[in-house]
Amino acid sequence: MTTRIVELRQGILKKNDELARALRLRFSKAGVLVLNLVSSPGTGKTAFLEFTLRELRARGARVAALVGDLETDNDARRLAASGAPVRQINTHGICHLDAEMVEKHLDAWNDVSLSGLDYLFIENVGNLVCPSSYDLGERIRVALLSVTEGEDKPLKYPTLFNSADAAVLTKIDIAAPCGFDRDLALKNIHEIRPGIRIFETSAKTGAGMDAWLAYLVAQRGSAS
Amino acid sequence: MVSSIVESVTAALAAYPGAQVREVRLRVGALAAVVEDSLQFCYEIATEDTPLAGSKLVVHVLPVIAHCEPCGRDVTLASLQSFRCPLCGQPVSELRQGRELEIDSVEIEENP
Ligand SMILES: Nc1nc2c(ncn2[C@@H]2O[C@H](COP(=O)(O)OP(=O)(O)OP(=O)(O)O)[C@@H](O)[C@H]2O)c(=O)[nH]1
Ligand SMILES: [Mg+2]
Ligand SMILES: [Zn+2]
Repeated sequence: MTTRIVELRQGILKKNDELARALRLRFSKAGVLVLNLVSSPGTGKTAFLEFTLRELRARGARVAALVGDLETDNDARRLAASGAPVRQINTHGICHLDAEMVEKHLDAWNDVSLSGLDYLFIENVGNLVCPSSYDLGERIRVALLSVTEGEDKPLKYPTLFNSADAAVLTKIDIAAPCGFDRDLALKNIHEIRPGIRIFETSAKTGAGMDAWLAYLVAQRGSAS
Repeated sequence: MVSSIVESVTAALAAYPGAQVREVRLRVGALAAVVEDSLQFCYEIATEDTPLAGSKLVVHVLPVIAHCEPCGRDVTLASLQSFRCPLCGQPVSELRQGRELEIDSVEIEENP
């Protein structure tokens, strides 16, 4: 019996990375700005997106959303109330979206063509670990954190916050009763991702949403 | 994730018919979203009834290396709690290492 070492040197997520690269190219050719929203369950991704879709549409932008959940199409129904085309991706037990799911759903989405869109939002499955490994071909990854979750979340989940391009604090309307320490939260996010843009928002009152919408418009302007 | 390990290793084994897998060695950056305990647990379950059954999964963790502009060099971060240069205390810029997630090698036993 002989022992042999076989060198592989192969990325475990190579297939996903390749698919994501192809998607990114497709998105940039179509001129659509794609964002991937990641956070814990219940941070307020859907509420934040409902507001965003509604406001962007009111300003004449062409928007659509894909939303990932383990089960149910509740989030898709909430988002569709904005009037934007929305498609639910049910992952049936998988705790994150991957590039293949996104590609499959885009290809099957007959009433939406990428070149007819200005913005495509992808709401990931609520989870602070796995979504950070899976590139979906997005240009901007947004990490959300609510004032009810504790200021040290970024320190506990550095991978997610370090891989984000922008951060959003949600539910700031209830910051005071939650005893939320704003300075500490901002400091912790900056420890993990120095210099990142942070938006402080409420989907209830609309606070901070103007800055976020202006950011989106500017990012789209500087696309590809 | 584990299923793609099984896939890749099984494909590589095709060149070594009848070989037994002893060990699968991974290189995982400290910033890769991997929880080793759950990875080990999944591995055991996902490799049942595959050529990898009973093999050991060895995870080699790579520290985060980032570039420090002021110091003009790459530095190794001591922890994931602060993305600052250990030499000068300034925030680091680009990451050079820490997100890897790859199969390094596989140890097999062949019957001649
Ligand atoms: N007070 C307040 N509550 C909010 C705000 N945004 C969301 N919520 C509430 O928080 C809860 C969760 O919000 P969702 O938008 O469903 O959260 P989510 O991140 O999409 O959740 P999952 O998709 O399950 O991961 C709901 O009860 C919302 O009404 C906000 O800005 N202020
Ligand atoms: Mg939701
Ligand atoms: Zn330095």
